[in-house]
Parts: sequence; structure tokens; C-alpha cells
Amino acid sequence: MELNRRELLSGVGKFIILSGAARAALENASGAPGVDSQYRMAEHWWGMTIDVGKCIGCGNCVRACAAENGVPKGYFRTWVERYHVSGADLEHPQVDSPDGGFNGFPPRQVGGKNFFVPKLCNHCVDSPCVQSCPVGATYDSPDGVVLVDEKYCVGCRYCIQACPYGCRYLHPTKHTADKCTLCYHRITKGLTTACCEACPTGARQLADLKNPNDPVHEFLRSNNVQILKPYMATRAKVYYKDLDGAVR
Amino acid sequence: MKRILGEAEHLVRLALVAAVLVVIFFAIRRAVVPVGFGKYGHYRAPSLDDIRARPISFAGHEACEACHDEVVKTKVAGKHAHVNCEACHGPAAKHADDPFNNQAVKPDPATLCVRCHEADAAKPKSFPQVVSREHYGGSGCGDCHNPHHPNGV
Amino acid sequence: MMAITPDVQGFMYPNEVELQWSVLIVLYPYITGLVAGAFILASLSRIFNIAAVKPIYRLSLLTALAFLLVAPLPLQLHLGHPERSFEMYLTPHKTSAMAMFGFVYLWYLLAVLLVEIWLDYRKDIVESAQSRRGPLRWIYAALTLGSYNVSPASRRIDDRVGWIVTLIGIPSAFLLHGYVGFIFGSVKANPWWSTPLMPVVFLFSAMVSGIAAVLVIYQASMRLRGWRADMACLDTVAKYLLYVFVIDFSLEMLDLVHRMYEASESFRALDFMVHTRLFTSQIVVQIYLGTLLPIGLLALTQVWKMREAARRAIYAVAGSLTLVGILAMRWNVVIGGQLFSKSFLGYTTYKMALTTREGLLPAIALMILPFPILWVLVKLFPPWEEHRAT
Repeated sequence: MELNRRELLSGVGKFIILSGAARAALENASGAPGVDSQYRMAEHWWGMTIDVGKCIGCGNCVRACAAENGVPKGYFRTWVERYHVSGADLEHPQVDSPDGGFNGFPPRQVGGKNFFVPKLCNHCVDSPCVQSCPVGATYDSPDGVVLVDEKYCVGCRYCIQACPYGCRYLHPTKHTADKCTLCYHRITKGLTTACCEACPTGARQLADLKNPNDPVHEFLRSNNVQILKPYMATRAKVYYKDLDGAVR
Repeated sequence: MKRILGEAEHLVRLALVAAVLVVIFFAIRRAVVPVGFGKYGHYRAPSLDDIRARPISFAGHEACEACHDEVVKTKVAGKHAHVNCEACHGPAAKHADDPFNNQAVKPDPATLCVRCHEADAAKPKSFPQVVSREHYGGSGCGDCHNPHHPNGV
Repeated sequence: MMAITPDVQGFMYPNEVELQWSVLIVLYPYITGLVAGAFILASLSRIFNIAAVKPIYRLSLLTALAFLLVAPLPLQLHLGHPERSFEMYLTPHKTSAMAMFGFVYLWYLLAVLLVEIWLDYRKDIVESAQSRRGPLRWIYAALTLGSYNVSPASRRIDDRVGWIVTLIGIPSAFLLHGYVGFIFGSVKANPWWSTPLMPVVFLFSAMVSGIAAVLVIYQASMRLRGWRADMACLDTVAKYLLYVFVIDFSLEMLDLVHRMYEASESFRALDFMVHTRLFTSQIVVQIYLGTLLPIGLLALTQVWKMREAARRAIYAVAGSLTLVGILAMRWNVVIGGQLFSKSFLGYTTYKMALTTREGLLPAIALMILPFPILWVLVKLFPPWEEHRAT
């Protein structure tokens, strides 16, 4: 069949556009680093919802986070705790978290009440860690994510002391404070966090409180929701559904 | 007055030394404080870009689904409909980037399935779990279950 | 890394198992405490005109300076990036107690201590610049700032200004160490640290340790020179040590009684910790050996008329025990605050290294370092005017 010039040009044009779009789509989805210039910080306010009743303690989230973020072995940006509550003593549950739940949990059949609780940085609005940083290396981004500037951190560890939730650690080779970034490098490109991507039951869900269509609004409205240690007045943004009173 | 100042000349010198130190401090500050510090708050604004530019390891299920639509068709009909691909196959961004040179991981059912489905008192009662060594005589999970459609036959 | 490891008892959040602040961070409040205490003692003679302590005025200032110069070193050794530490001065975060402390330290060093020492020693500096030969002459010449006027009128001005600096210096010294207390006391996440009493307890224990330090250093340096330490001075200093110690102990007991009575959530975990992992350092060393025994010994000298030689011996022993006791107190605050989990469900162990950057040997070296510095300062600026004849 003979191609006339118009068809040829139109075909070439479509090819260029489609391959460009494909490349952009692949760039967004795959390992090519870059910054998405479409992302507007003012349009987002990030948090997370966790449905405790759905967590099966598989440890996928811990492994995925470590793989995505290069978390050093023995340190945890996220971890899972297994609770055993017997009787009425809510203040002294038996808790274990073998290697943070990295390889799941050794199976156990016991009586009483048992459940898993995933934990991570709560990206607090009134974050005590940000308050304590002497140099401005840890900060609250305009879209609500608490981050650490590893080029500026002096490694004094005051923020690690200030965090009520134990979610920070000192990176053993970088010698700077480190913690969950809510996969900022992913969520600013329209992806979800590594832990949410890997969670097989959907217990963990990324939440954008500024997005009126985000399921978080219905989640907050129709469930019994708690944040960890509310008396610390941190205004944490990780919302737990059905968090038991025994959870520390 | 001048006589007192004459006697206090050393204090004037001290004040001058102090003033010079202050000026030097502010000069150092001007030179050394990083560009972009304070733009959005008390931090280095370029740090946001540094963090956003970090490499990605998990492609996200939409990237997988773009090519593997036959798996998608199988999966949506079964109990693993909402289990994302990389939850089992691990980080596959490299594979999505260059599918023919980077193979995705094909996990071993013997270790993979039990992580979720081994019976444990802390797992939700409604969640399908078995004591694997007693389940059908401890046979391999893949012998009966298709991981993409585990409740089909 | 979890409950199965022998160092961890019960449950700790995974990132809590390893201690963040080491023995170096124990040293830091100890050293700044000695500074504040030594300075307050010096100011007793200057502001309150307590003549009996005049013999140790200059020695107290030099002691304060020697320790103040060493104070930032444990911090620098501890930091992950000490080369970036100047950021605390360049971009201090105003909400951070640690950042603001950097300026308190700088203010105290430059505007209070160095100025006061310079004003007091100016006549000697000028004389040394004019009479000495050799390289030392240049040090003194530089310190004169180019002014060789030591007329009585200028010295009267020095005295007046020095008095004002000391007056400002007292609240500055309070701020110096009270602030360190606030750095701990303001951490709401840690119930062992979080109390409004923390700055006050730190301040009074600082005064106790500083006074004890000068007491011991004065006696030791007089012994080394073969002179007699002034007895009226020793008696007065020991008396102040006793009074401040009683106040300090009362404050610490107030904190303890308050905690026991209110018995809030953290109490059971903390109580268990004190009775097990912290027993030796808190009950035995800090309270019995480091507080009750020295208070007892000092009180003995107040109620019972003792010979001079006996009093000297008691002061030396009580002073030394006090120094150990206050070091133990800093240990119990800093290390103790990290031995329990913020879940209140478990405990960990402090594994102190020996030779690494934050190990025991560098800590010991840093504690020794102020003494050679003090030796140099005493050589350059002899504080012994009054004793030359004896």
C-alpha cells in the first residue's frame, strides 16, 4: 500500500507522541529518577490509614520498605508488633516484634486476644521531632510529610529522643537521622507508598486529606479511629481503625 | 567625660574586638548558609527535590497490568484480586523499565504462601489460614492452588 | 535485635534497643555543671563580699574556664557530622532547646567568663607583657588589646565593670546549666526526663559539683605547692557546699516522692528500672555514697567541733565523694532515660564501647583534659597572689 505524505507525517507524529507518552509513563512507573513537575505541594496533605483488623502480620510492608528505601538491616522505618492480651490487664500486653516483623512472625497458637499492629512515622502536624531539631535538618514539608535533610543533619540524635513513637534511628553509615519518608519520592509521582503497594490485605492505605475523593474521609467518618498516644498532642496523621486500648 | 573615656580606652578596644567578631560571624553566615534555606520553612528547600529524586524500586501494579493483562483477567475473578503483583513478586521497577533484560522474580510457593497463610492466633479469624504441615499432608501449596486465582481449580 | 536477645528484657520498639546518647552526653552536663558551680562560688566573693572565699576567687574563674573550654568536645565527638556543627550557629532553629543553648554557651564564654577574667587580670597581663621575655610575651601583649593603661582610675573602672559582669554572670551561669536541664526536661516523649523540676535539679546539682570541684582542686593544688589552704576559706566553702547539697537533695527527693505518689503510667516501669538496671549507679553510688555520706560528713563538721586536720580530711573526702555522686546523677539521668522502652514494656542494656569515638577511654581522656588546661592557665595567670609570702 502506498503511504501518502499526510499519512506518513500523521503516523510519525503519532509515533513520537505515543512513544514520548509511553516513556513518560514508564519513567513515572519505573526506576528512572526525576522530579514530576506537575506535582503541586499545596494540593496535598498526606497521611495514612491502617485497619488493624486486616493486618495479618506477613511482614510484606517491612520488607518492601527496606527494599524501596535501602533501609539498613536492624533498623526500621516501619515495623509490625504482635500483641497478646490476656484477661483484663490492658496495660501490660505481651508484645513481640522479631526483627520488626521483617520475616513475618513465628506462628503461635495461644488463647486470649491477639492481633498485629503495623507502625511507622506518624507524620505529626505538631511534630516534637521537628521542634527539637537544632539546625533545621528535619522539617515538615508543605504537603504534610516530615522529612530529614541528610545533607544538613549533624547527627545529634535529639530528634530520635524527642519522638514518642520510636520511629527514628541513626543511619549507621550516613550518620544522620533517618525515618519513614512516606515514600515521598513515590507519592509525588502519583504512586503509592511501598508498604501500601506490598500490603496483601489493604490494611495500609495512603491518604491524601486534601483530596475530596480520597477514601480517608469516609474511613474517618464511619469507623472507630484512633491515633497513637493522643495525650502527646502530636496531631499524628496515621489513623488506626479499631486500635485496641492495650496498644502501646 | 573625656577623661573617663581616656581611662576606659581598653573597654572601647574590647568593644571593637566584639564588633569585629560579630561582623565576621555575619559574613561567614552570608557565605555559608545554603541557597534555598528558609524558602518554605526553617530548612533547605532543595532537600525536597533531593528526596523526590530518589530511585524507585516498586513499579506499582498499574505498570504490571499494562503488559500482563492475561494475569489480570485471571486474578480479578479470585480471592487474590486485591493483592498487588509486587506483594508476591517483589520490587519490579527494573523489570518494567527493561522487561527483556531484567526478569521479575518468580517466588517459591514453599516460603511465600506460608508468610500470609500460616495459622497464627493474631491473624483475623476470617482470614484464610492453615497449619501448613497438617494441610493435605503438608503438600506444596502450588500442587493445588494457582497463586493468581487460589480459590479456583 | 528483639526480645530474644539477652540484652533486651520484655518489649522495646525496634529502633529503641540501641542507646542514642552515650557516656559522652553524660560528661557534657557534668562539665558545664562544674563551670556553673565554680563561677557561682567566685561570684560569692565578688557580689556578696564574702571575704572568706576571696582566696579562691581567681582559681574558681580559671577552673570554670578550663572546664568550659573542654565542654563542647564530648558533643563534637558524639555528633554524626561534627564538621557541620557550626550550622547550629548559622541556622539555629528557634524552637530547639539545643540550638538556643549554643548561644547561651557562647554568651557565657565570651561576654561573661572571658571578660571577667580579663578585667580582673588586666594589671597582671600588662605587667607580664612589659616584663617578660620570649614567646610568652606575645600572648600577653595580644591580650592587652593594645592598651597599657593600668592607672588606679582605670582599675577602678575595671572593678566596677567587672562587678556588673559578675552580676550579669550569676543569672547567666544559672541559665547555662539550667538550660541543659531544660534540654532534657522539655522532652515530653521521655517520662524519666520530662519534668519542670529538671532545670532546677540540674542547676543545684551543678552548683554542688562546682563548689566541690573548687574545694578539691584548691586543697590539691595547695598540697602540690607545699602551702597551706586557707582554713577560713575551706570552712566557708564547705558550709556552702552543705547548704546547696541539702537543697539539691530535697529537690531530687521531691521529684521522687511526687512520682511515687502520683504513680502514673510510666512509674512502674521506671521504678523497676531503678531497682534493677540502675540500682548500683542510682541507689548505691549516687544516693548513698555520693549524697548521703558527704552530707553526713559535712554536717558532722558543723555540729561537732573538730580539729583543723580532721576537717581538712573530711572536706577532701566529702568533696571527692560529691564529685563522684553528681557524675553518677548525670549518668542516671542520661543513660537511665534510655534504658527503658517508651512502650513501658521493656528494658535494654547500655553497651559502652572502650576505644571507639564514644567509648570509655575518650570519655576518661576528656575528663582529664581540663586539668592540663588548668595547669597552663594557672601558669599564665597565677591566682596565688595572697600566698606568695607563705
